[in-house]
Amino acid sequence: MILVSLIALLMLGGLMAWGSERAGSHWPRWVTLGTAFVGLCAIGFDTIPHLGQVDPPSNPWLREYSVPWIPRFGIGLHLAMDGLSFLLIALTLLLGIVAVIASWTEITTGIGFFHFNLLWVLAGIAGVFLAMDLFLFFVFWELMLVPMYLMISIWGHERRSYAATKFFLFTQAGGLLMLISILALSIVHYRQTGVTTFDYSLLLGTSLPPQTELWLMLGFFAAFAVKLPMVPLHPWLPDAHTEAPTGGSIILAGLLLKTGAYGLLRFAIPLFPNASETFAVVAMTLGVVGILYGALLAFAQTDFKRLVAYSSVAHLGFVLLGIYAGNLHARQGAIMAMIAHGLSTGALFMIAGLLQERLHTRDMNRMGGLWPVMPKLSGVTLVFSMASLGIPGLANFIGEFLVLLGTYRVNILLAVLATIGVVGAALYSLILIQRAFHGENTEGWKVPDLGGTQFATLGAMILFSLALGLYPQPLLNAAQPGVARIQTWGDPPTTGEKPAEASDTTTSAPPGP
Amino acid sequence: MTLADILALLPTIILAAAALVVILLAACNGSHGVVSRTTATAQALALFSLPLASDVIPRPVTSLLLVDEFALFYAALILIGGIGVTILSHGYLDGKLDRHSEYYALLLLASLGGLVLVMSVHGASFFLGLELLSVSLYVLLAYTREEPRALEAGIKYLLLSAAASAFVLFGLALLYFSTGELAFAAMQPSLEGTGRTVFLVGFSLILTGIGFKLAVVPFHMWAADVFQGSPIPVTAFVATISKIAVVGLLLRALVHTGGYADEAVTGALGILAVGSMFVGNLLALIQNNVKRLLAYSSIAHLGYLLVAVIAGGGLGAEAVGFYVAGYMVTMLGIFGILILLSTPSAEAERLEDLEGLLWRDPLAGSLWVIAVLSLAGVPLTAGFVIKFYVVVAGLSSDRWLLVLFFVVNSVLGLFYYLNLIRVVVARDAEPSDLRKRAIASRWNWSDGFVLASLLLAIVGLGVYPIPFIDLIKQTTAVLMTGVLM
Repeated sequence: MILVSLIALLMLGGLMAWGSERAGSHWPRWVTLGTAFVGLCAIGFDTIPHLGQVDPPSNPWLREYSVPWIPRFGIGLHLAMDGLSFLLIALTLLLGIVAVIASWTEITTGIGFFHFNLLWVLAGIAGVFLAMDLFLFFVFWELMLVPMYLMISIWGHERRSYAATKFFLFTQAGGLLMLISILALSIVHYRQTGVTTFDYSLLLGTSLPPQTELWLMLGFFAAFAVKLPMVPLHPWLPDAHTEAPTGGSIILAGLLLKTGAYGLLRFAIPLFPNASETFAVVAMTLGVVGILYGALLAFAQTDFKRLVAYSSVAHLGFVLLGIYAGNLHARQGAIMAMIAHGLSTGALFMIAGLLQERLHTRDMNRMGGLWPVMPKLSGVTLVFSMASLGIPGLANFIGEFLVLLGTYRVNILLAVLATIGVVGAALYSLILIQRAFHGENTEGWKVPDLGGTQFATLGAMILFSLALGLYPQPLLNAAQPGVARIQTWGDPPTTGEKPAEASDTTTSAPPGP
Repeated sequence: MTLADILALLPTIILAAAALVVILLAACNGSHGVVSRTTATAQALALFSLPLASDVIPRPVTSLLLVDEFALFYAALILIGGIGVTILSHGYLDGKLDRHSEYYALLLLASLGGLVLVMSVHGASFFLGLELLSVSLYVLLAYTREEPRALEAGIKYLLLSAAASAFVLFGLALLYFSTGELAFAAMQPSLEGTGRTVFLVGFSLILTGIGFKLAVVPFHMWAADVFQGSPIPVTAFVATISKIAVVGLLLRALVHTGGYADEAVTGALGILAVGSMFVGNLLALIQNNVKRLLAYSSIAHLGYLLVAVIAGGGLGAEAVGFYVAGYMVTMLGIFGILILLSTPSAEAERLEDLEGLLWRDPLAGSLWVIAVLSLAGVPLTAGFVIKFYVVVAGLSSDRWLLVLFFVVNSVLGLFYYLNLIRVVVARDAEPSDLRKRAIASRWNWSDGFVLASLLLAIVGLGVYPIPFIDLIKQTTAVLMTGVLM
């Protein structure tokens, strides 16, 4: 019940925020902030005490809610949450709050409608993380696109129409392929059992001919790979992230990209385990390509936001690599990297917005020498750049380390190449600091430093990142049961010398006790 | 003719009588408000007579008409759409013209033609209904005869439609030649044996006529000019109600004649479908005029609809039923907004007229955005359930290629649908005071009521479609079992 209330709360909050604009321009902001905060507290108090409990194997969910919706097609309003979903929901609401604070002074027109869209994106994302009915999942998947599209195309920067259209088309094209796969899967299930259903748990056991399984898996993979984004399906990302308003960028990078990774973990692999294993090498290679390519392009950017956007391509390459490496460590690492990336990149986009608001430019060639002008902002940026380059002590390090560890067991070459990508991350992160904050203040900038609220927000995000970096175990524990249920492959120790027999015994790993 | 027969035909009788009443009102100089209210009331009466008719169905009335749940469902759609168009017409025509009685009489006759079409199970009634619909439309399309573009639209439609009717007649003659029968059900056996070629030629000639009415490629040439030139409410009528009636007829004809059994028939429909999707969407991409754009978009939508028609079976017929309903409320919503923005002197039809509508008039703007999203098939709108149905129907009958084309076209369509939304939400448009006044929306209670109902229908069908699905399932089940009798 709490799950459906959460989504309803976000949607109602959105309507209220829109309506409250009449009362004054600050009202939508406070309403949105309150909605996200109430949601976060409710879900936190409700779930955190149960996180550590060992579930009975029969019920994998912490919370579940299910009522029929369109019984004609066996479609139900089936929401469920396990540890993995909980982490992502918490991140969603947290970044929602950050997005409101980051947009506090930036958005001056259509304030009510902006916050309506913001809360509806959050509702869509929360729905994606909770839906356990494939039809419902698809509804939320598409639902989060529209408000995001509106946010970019109304409040974005110079080339907003182009970026918004590109974003919508890419994701929609992938989504429609997934829709075909969802329906085909349901029809295959119907022909085998005579039951029309879209329920996740019922469809899990569908046995498919290998050829069909591969095609259906590719349909899902297309949608998630566009969202993730995986090179070469990424061209929408730099434009959308750069042109979106600050709040939009935070949500795009921090949350929307995670829905792709979540989809892979929750749907693409468990529904099509054999095809996914066959496909794993391709996916891992593309992940590594993403890491290197993203780092290279990030290094070449002069636009602050674009640099951060390309760094997302690299970070999500790690996530893709970790998911398809196929063992528990790498998957845990991927989840850690998702959360960490949400915090660090969200913060960097917020900083980009703060800079743009002060300097009216994102061009790093025109920045420089800002450290003495804005010591607080510069220091905070340094911390998050360090997080982005994966310095030990912050959350990103744990994620990338675990991914590399897991990958090394499966494929040494890819692990080595991915490690080179870490060096690339150091390059672009340092160049960001150097160009923007060091050097001569050639343009003679004199601008105010961070305000109190902004400093507190960014400070809190640093604390979160630090806490996860120093003591990651609670997060890993929370995700553990959910991750353990996903089929693994190539589990230890499958190296180049002794391949097949070890992996054969572990491919059909039963749900972990 | 028994009482039950009369009850079954009551909706058509009411419409016919109302047409006469409206003409009489014209004779005693009834004011515009009275005439349009009479028209709307008559259609509402016809709608409320449907439950009466449903007590006595299924009932063949002579060998020409069959009144069953399927016919009544489509009749209900036609009447509901007709009421909407009538009310919107009042706002549109008021102050534009001083002659209006004939307009409403013709509107009633056109709806009557649609009703006859969806009830007909015989070549003669098919042709009668088609002509009743078309002839009324010739006049309606050119009703604002002072405008050259309306005249152009009317004449274009007249010439092409007359040719299409000739094709239909010729086709019916060939069918009669090969079977000696004109009732749809009796044409069935000729699908085998030597008469097949003659039958197929006849059928394709009829398909030409039907294709023209539906404006599917390659019979779509009239659509853009007619959409652009004719009065907006009439365009809405042509785009929705007249197509719904013809689709209902096509579905019934295919089922009764056993056309589904013949690969040549479904193959021909498949070519029409694929052609319409691609041509409609690609040409829509290059339009600057909203009405022309909607014309091409509707061509593409009819292509999608044909995918559901081809899929056939209970599921396909169900998909078609949902499709026409969802499509009707969406299109009427869009045209409703255009009517709202039009003044007697200037119609809202260029993209610039819509600029920043969301900020000028949040109500109209949100409705526009939701309706366009529904056309594009985004969840929580009727358009999404439509899309879902088409893919399900296509996949269940293993028509993978058609479904793939459908998906490719859905993405193509997004380009211009997004454009329609982008213009409306653009916040930097600052029209001059003069233009602001010219394109201010003219709300009134009746239009507001219609638009609110349409909005409710679009969202309702998208969020909680199950009651409606159950209803359609009933009606199509009757259609499918009706064949076996």
